[in-house]
Amino acid sequence: MISILLFAQLQEEAGCSEVEIEADAVSIADIKTLLQTKYGIGSLLESCFVAVNEEYVEDTVVVKNGDTVAFLPPVSGG
Amino acid sequence: MNPFAITTLPLNVEALISYVSSPQAGAINTFIGTVRELTGEKKTIYLKYEAYVPMAEKQLKKIGTEVQEKWPGTRIAIHHRIGSLAISDIAVVIAVSTPHRAASFEACRYAIERIKEIVPIWKKEHWEDGTFWVGNQQETISYEKGEPK
Repeated sequence: MISILLFAQLQEEAGCSEVEIEADAVSIADIKTLLQTKYGIGSLLESCFVAVNEEYVEDTVVVKNGDTVAFLPPVSGG
Repeated sequence: MNPFAITTLPLNVEALISYVSSPQAGAINTFIGTVRELTGEKKTIYLKYEAYVPMAEKQLKKIGTEVQEKWPGTRIAIHHRIGSLAISDIAVVIAVSTPHRAASFEACRYAIERIKEIVPIWKKEHWEDGTFWVGNQQETISYEKGEPK
């Protein structure tokens, strides 16, 4: 199982903060496609950074069973 | 005290200053970020901060490590508040101690700029006439490697 976390505007647009999918060895692009199909948040996802297991990763990374993937809109702390 | 924390509680500036105090320090510099009422012509009623807490605390710690590498002999603590904040509430506190004063200013400035780049915290403005999720404050729309440097 892969946990997908959504934050801020992304979470509001999708109407949920967490999605779980039964999958292994999927690309970030595959997950984005799934989120676009399910919630229609594709264009927002394009401006997001991606973290796997709480570390920033590049879009080319492959996500494994047990991983947590977070989509992070541009940050605005401070 | 955890020197790198995200909390829903009001921030305690004195606690961070005490944490970085040391006999080796010749300077302590603090940065206190507060909630501003007016941005351009928009009047803020309150702000709401949200964070990916475990990752945000890791990123704060990473900033601490970067500061200590750049300015050896530094002690640093950073706390960021989340949840609903009113005008003039403290959103972030950074305390830095260094052997000499120049480094304390530089390190403190570096830390707040890095927070705005790499720490997963988001601010939602609640105005008189609507709401808005604040985007990238650096106004650098894309990052070459798809992640903050």
